Amino acid sequence: MTDPDILIVGGGLHGLSAALHLARAGRRVRVLEARQVGAEASGYSAGGVRTLGRHPAEVPLALAAIERWPAIADLVGDDCGFRSVGQVRVAENDAEFTLLAERVEGLRAAGWTHEELVDAQAVRQLLPAVAPHVVGGLVARRDGFASPLRTTRAFGRAAVAAGAEVIEGARVAAMDRRAGLWRLRTHGGETHAAPLLLNAAGAWGGRIARAAGEEIPLGFNAFQMLLTEALPPLLTPVVGAAGRPLSFKQSETGHVMIGGGHKGRADLDSGEIRLDVPRLAYSARTALDLFPALHGARIVHAWAGIEGVTPDDLPVIGRSAVAAGLVHAFGFSGHGFALAPVVGAIVAGLLLDGPETHALAAFAPARSQLCGPAAETRPALLQPAG
Amino acid sequence: MSHDLAIVGAGPAGMAAAIEAASLGLSVTLLDEQPAPGGQVFRAVEAASGDPALAGEFLDAGGALAGAFRAATGIAYRPRTTLWHLDPDAGLLSVASSGATAEIAAKRVLLATGAQERPVPIPGWTLPGVMSAGAAQILLKTAGAVPEGSVVIAGQGPLCWLLAVQLLRAGVERLTLLETGAGGALRDALRAGGLWTGRRLLTKGIALMRETRARGLRVVRNVGDLRAEGDGRVSTVRWRQGGRDHALACDTLLLHEGVIPATHITRALGLDHDWDDRQLCWRPRLDAWGATSHPNVAVAGDGGGIGGWEAAAAGGRLAALDAAHRLGRLDAATRDARAAQPQKALRAALALRPFLDRLYRPAACILAPADDTIVCRCEEITAGQIRGAARRGAAGPNQVKAFLRAGMGPCQGRMCGTVVAGLIAETRGAAMETVGALRPRAPFKPMTVGELANAQPDAIPELTA
Repeated sequence: MTDPDILIVGGGLHGLSAALHLARAGRRVRVLEARQVGAEASGYSAGGVRTLGRHPAEVPLALAAIERWPAIADLVGDDCGFRSVGQVRVAENDAEFTLLAERVEGLRAAGWTHEELVDAQAVRQLLPAVAPHVVGGLVARRDGFASPLRTTRAFGRAAVAAGAEVIEGARVAAMDRRAGLWRLRTHGGETHAAPLLLNAAGAWGGRIARAAGEEIPLGFNAFQMLLTEALPPLLTPVVGAAGRPLSFKQSETGHVMIGGGHKGRADLDSGEIRLDVPRLAYSARTALDLFPALHGARIVHAWAGIEGVTPDDLPVIGRSAVAAGLVHAFGFSGHGFALAPVVGAIVAGLLLDGPETHALAAFAPARSQLCGPAAETRPALLQPAG
Repeated sequence: MSHDLAIVGAGPAGMAAAIEAASLGLSVTLLDEQPAPGGQVFRAVEAASGDPALAGEFLDAGGALAGAFRAATGIAYRPRTTLWHLDPDAGLLSVASSGATAEIAAKRVLLATGAQERPVPIPGWTLPGVMSAGAAQILLKTAGAVPEGSVVIAGQGPLCWLLAVQLLRAGVERLTLLETGAGGALRDALRAGGLWTGRRLLTKGIALMRETRARGLRVVRNVGDLRAEGDGRVSTVRWRQGGRDHALACDTLLLHEGVIPATHITRALGLDHDWDDRQLCWRPRLDAWGATSHPNVAVAGDGGGIGGWEAAAAGGRLAALDAAHRLGRLDAATRDARAAQPQKALRAALALRPFLDRLYRPAACILAPADDTIVCRCEEITAGQIRGAARRGAAGPNQVKAFLRAGMGPCQGRMCGTVVAGLIAETRGAAMETVGALRPRAPFKPMTVGELANAQPDAIPELTA
């Protein structure tokens, strides 16, 4: 094995997208994945491909990404199950509808037209099964969803085909930088070295940053999701709600997925996740309030994947403020899936000192907004044990 | 309020454990999916009293145990209640019952969830008219339903003979038993010993076989390569025997290759398991009291390893004694003294297991069906598709689930999980321990969105978005 130019910690979607872009740029890349490709948030994402409802700082990234998704096969050789079915955010009362209208006004003022305010009748045309109390909503017609694990694996395959190495089961135990080289030792006892390092370790990104001497506060969330058995066609677009957390969609196979930010309990050291049943029940109630036809649908799976969440709910994307040769891309806070094709290119640019293509100040590792919960103080594993 | 001990399953292990634990002063709750106690082996035993087709041990022993359970005080019995999630660290059981979900708190949990029939994936096993022998027995016990026409039982194990007797007594006239397995199993089994200690069970088995012969059962031995065929419904069963192909017209085909521990919940909890290479199944790793790798969870009965109802009842009592000890209600010396009797009963009940496990050892091909065989019935995934996924890099059943959705249907992998793992092991030349077991997710049994939404108490959690 010749030494790589770049080491990437994390074989999730963002690490693999960066690996793909770097390998295509002719760099030798090695991805160290603690478990398997897509084992955490990337594989357990709801797979929403969404410009709708984005924070203004993320809108340019989301709009750039939505241009790429219809032709994602040109990038990775697989359509990743992407379906451009649109996304709808419904308002359940007039107050919520007013907020949505104000949001659209604000977006127009900034020159963005991808979100469209629609009335109750238009919502019912898009979603015939929606509950009668819905008064209107927002629509982003080019949005949709893709298959999370399929997407992550497709990026991984494409990266490998482009020459990247992906090592699964490589848990980083310790790291340092000496003589211009990042050296990462795994629990298996191997040492990997390269001048450049990308921290794409998801929920463990804060721990990797700290091992590099940089404190970046990062919480985590085990986003819970419910999956029903295959049902007759109930809805086509992906649905969210203006007033409460919900992400709701039906795949082509008929399975309905209910998510929405209700976190389970998780442990970063073991990687174990436990469901929080009252929150899960709340999720089911929300879905049922909006789609009463779901009442008798059988739930066959409930699960969660661990995702890093920042204090200001925006990802950390940028060069380290303290360490040379280190770039961060983690903490996507539950809405990074759709951005991966674009963020991978941005991150590759940062590592290769290419021209800046997007404004990244809002995502800077040293931004003042990252002053949330105190960093962990007890000894912590850099990567999950399980 | 929190119970000392929550028992899941009202079969012999669960009933015996509940009686023992309540007698030791523990507050006990027992939840069970069925409307009445008995488990699978004594299913609906209270209602069946007086049915001559089911006479014998079923009514006598099962009826006595259910009666003692009903008579015991200090047991909060919750029939028609399904456990769908368990947090053993917090001691919280999430249950679905009467169209709603609720949480039950308990310091210790005893899983007495019994056995499941080993799935028998042969070509055509999804045709109407093909079912498991156990399902046919449930229909007989609960509904008095008797199959008509030509009935074929195919497979091996004690249940084949028991069901044959029960069907013949119930009036089935054309009954054939196609016994699978290779010659030589008996010789191997005899070497296992235990025949004298297990003579009572052995005598029972021989009596069953004699009765089936006297009632006109046709038996074909050393059968292989079973196939069910038919247009919209099974009409023919085909097999190979003695180097030749055979066929028989058939209206109902009942498949059975023995029973295996129901490890769905223990695997979902991430407890330690061992692969049983002789019986081709997973078993939770238990100590002599039934304690698992989790300090608050124990397993009793067939869920920890197949032993039959007498072993299950003895194991249930031992687990109850250990629960009382761990909860500080019984010192070790008293526990050990009270354990002597159930330990003796357990040894006697298990004496014949090595013989039976060898005699009815499933053929390795049970985990390696032909490519055109449907393995995951829910999502209609074939053995060939699973071998393909294994060749493309799926190293375990959890990855095949992600690739192909095998195990994502309403049975949640109960039918296909082990076969999927077996196909991966075969394709990749890996050991079952390396391939690993499917890790099921909650809910342990499907429940409706309405049931989950209707949670008691109606807690509104802190929102995170």
